[in-house]
Amino acid sequence: MAKEMHKTPMLDQLESGPWPSFVTGLKRLAQDEGKPYQNMMIDLLGQLEHSYETKKGYWKGGTVGVIGYGGGVIPRFSEVGQKFPDSKEFHTLRIQPPAGMHYTTDIIRKMCDIWERYGSGLVAFHGQSGDIMFQGVTTDNVQPAFDEFNELGFDLGGAGPAVRTGMSCVGAARCEQSCTNEQKVHRTLVNRFLDDMHRPALPYKFKFKVSGCPNDCMNSIERADMAVIGTWRDDMKVNQTEVKAFVASKSRKYVIDNVVTRCPTNALSLNDDDTLAVDNRNCVRCMHCINVMTKALSVGDDKGVTILMGGKRTLKIGDLMGTVVVPFMKLDTEEDFEALTELAERTIEFFAENALEHERTGEMIERIGLVNFLEGIELEIDPNMIVEPRQSSYVRMDTWDEEVDKWNERKAAS
Amino acid sequence: MSAPRMPVESGVPDPFPYMHPVMQKNFGAWSHHERPRPGVLCHTAKGGDKLWTVRAGTQRQMDLYTVRKLCDIADQFGEGFVRFTIRSNIEFLLADGGKVDPLIKKLQDEGFPVGGTGPSVTMIAHTQGWLHCDIPGTDASGVVKALMDELHEEFIREDMPNRVHITTSCCQINCGGQGDIAINIQHTKPPKINHDLVANICERPTVVARCPVAAIRPALVNGKPSLEVDEKKCICCGACYPPCPPMQINDPVHSKLAIWVGGNHSNARSKPTFQKLVAAGLPNNPPRWTEVAAVVKKILHVYKEDAKDWERLSDWVARIGWSRFFELTELPFTKFHVDNWRGARRSLNASAHIRF
Repeated sequence: MAKEMHKTPMLDQLESGPWPSFVTGLKRLAQDEGKPYQNMMIDLLGQLEHSYETKKGYWKGGTVGVIGYGGGVIPRFSEVGQKFPDSKEFHTLRIQPPAGMHYTTDIIRKMCDIWERYGSGLVAFHGQSGDIMFQGVTTDNVQPAFDEFNELGFDLGGAGPAVRTGMSCVGAARCEQSCTNEQKVHRTLVNRFLDDMHRPALPYKFKFKVSGCPNDCMNSIERADMAVIGTWRDDMKVNQTEVKAFVASKSRKYVIDNVVTRCPTNALSLNDDDTLAVDNRNCVRCMHCINVMTKALSVGDDKGVTILMGGKRTLKIGDLMGTVVVPFMKLDTEEDFEALTELAERTIEFFAENALEHERTGEMIERIGLVNFLEGIELEIDPNMIVEPRQSSYVRMDTWDEEVDKWNERKAAS
Repeated sequence: MSAPRMPVESGVPDPFPYMHPVMQKNFGAWSHHERPRPGVLCHTAKGGDKLWTVRAGTQRQMDLYTVRKLCDIADQFGEGFVRFTIRSNIEFLLADGGKVDPLIKKLQDEGFPVGGTGPSVTMIAHTQGWLHCDIPGTDASGVVKALMDELHEEFIREDMPNRVHITTSCCQINCGGQGDIAINIQHTKPPKINHDLVANICERPTVVARCPVAAIRPALVNGKPSLEVDEKKCICCGACYPPCPPMQINDPVHSKLAIWVGGNHSNARSKPTFQKLVAAGLPNNPPRWTEVAAVVKKILHVYKEDAKDWERLSDWVARIGWSRFFELTELPFTKFHVDNWRGARRSLNASAHIRF
């Protein structure tokens, strides 16, 4: 027999309006007679209303996990559990979705059935970490719920100072702008480091994100410690017949205003016959013109990836973008993927040994300098890694000649 | 007693068993795409196959009934294959273009807005908030619901200059990430310390090390080992609160909301950018956060009126300048808008370039 519903006058106001209401969903679970989660959801609504009234959160962490792993469950114990006893334990299971977040309805229904038996009935597709968030499970039910998800072919994601759940865009599965096999890069990298994901022992988190082109739909430059972004190094492809058709349908002015003059390096020019001239040597692969003229313009054939490292948000030293460490590498053969994996291995090993506690890769690079970092992960410097050379003369350069020799040797060898 | 079950460390699942057959068949072999109407993409493969995608908004925090309803819709009106975008929109994948219109009608009848494609205001990237986070200054789902109610028309249409990504974050860690418009908690008072609990709960050197401005030091308070904060140095960031919950940073009155604009993840046209502060001091006012919604709508309105096609919010401000931005949006410009963190001089105008 279910307990009485708490009054939720503030949350009730979020049931109206055109956008789907999570409050209506929570109430549906709380009114689900006879379901194991009913009382939990009644009290969860009560606690959430209490937060709305007092403008404070009432969850605290703790230690909850599954056998064999040190992370992946987000423990939540209520600080107002006496008032709302049935939701006093409300942990989250972070479950990694298939790369690219593809699902059949069949697999989603199977997940729902598991969550109906053990959990709260509340699920988020997806958390900012890229996991499916199964939100709300008691300590006792964490293990059996995980066991069933695991038997279904799903594994916990990362939490704490660990390799985290990765993300990759829809990419080659649907997008013509894809320049790499995103799901393969994602799975190759994350699945190589499952030990570092499931047994958190790094200085802090380490995230992989994979975008198939420089549109970077996965926000990898801003958000990933290691960003892998598809690109190409031959000429972009121009279908001049389609260019003419586009100019005819949209007007010359539209093409000049929205394509030609928006090119960041002035690499485009509209010819007198309404075809497009491209200065490919000065194209920086920004994607804008390809985004606008989807039929006429497309990425080249000699595809590969650019790798950036060190992206993160505010804490502790301020926002950092990832910066280029590999301007271009091919990712076609198994040997290419092996080289990518080895780079990630060297990076995580260097991070584990050299970062301070709670320091992200980008902060470590900021502290020790890019050159020391590159030496540590065995990469050569390249002018593509900088916006501009040094402005400050305060530097000791007594090994200048040796460095010039190194550069010349590299040039001769390439 | 039998041995415990050990996990199968299977990692990221292979997506191919869950992928629409047309996607599997044409993996890496797509030619181009079009947007026949808001909320619909049509991709054409090099071999001629077509795939329609119908995109709909969800509440992200979904109950089983909503998830199963979406599955029912996908089975009855779609082809049983769906995926989710990074911004929690659900996408229904169709080889049969004839199913597009009935699917849209069904989704709309069931209350799921169809849109979020092209130059629209798509779903807000949001975090956990009061529903589940251990350190939140505000809610996430409620803020998002309230704002998306207000922005619903901009989700189902494609008449912004370019796409608009909005994010929310319940603390300055900023899990919501960068956005064209970001709505983030900004604390305005130093943490209130419960000195009775610090010694038992907090690893004090760790907490001291977390502070970005070295404002925390160990201290004996009432004979107990605790921590104290130099309140003149404190920037109220809240970084000490996660490792030391007795340093309560959240405050019903003094935890405010700030609005940041111009974050852009894409490399299109300009390089990726971080968001910049434009408004702060907004009250954390559930259940509908109307003061925040008003500022967001004002910024969106001015952007929509003044920006050129294909300009993201950051591109638009780069063209018109910040002085014009504050003039057009009628937002106050204060001393807090002038950055003073490390490297801040790069944000000053070292030129005679002035717009009149």
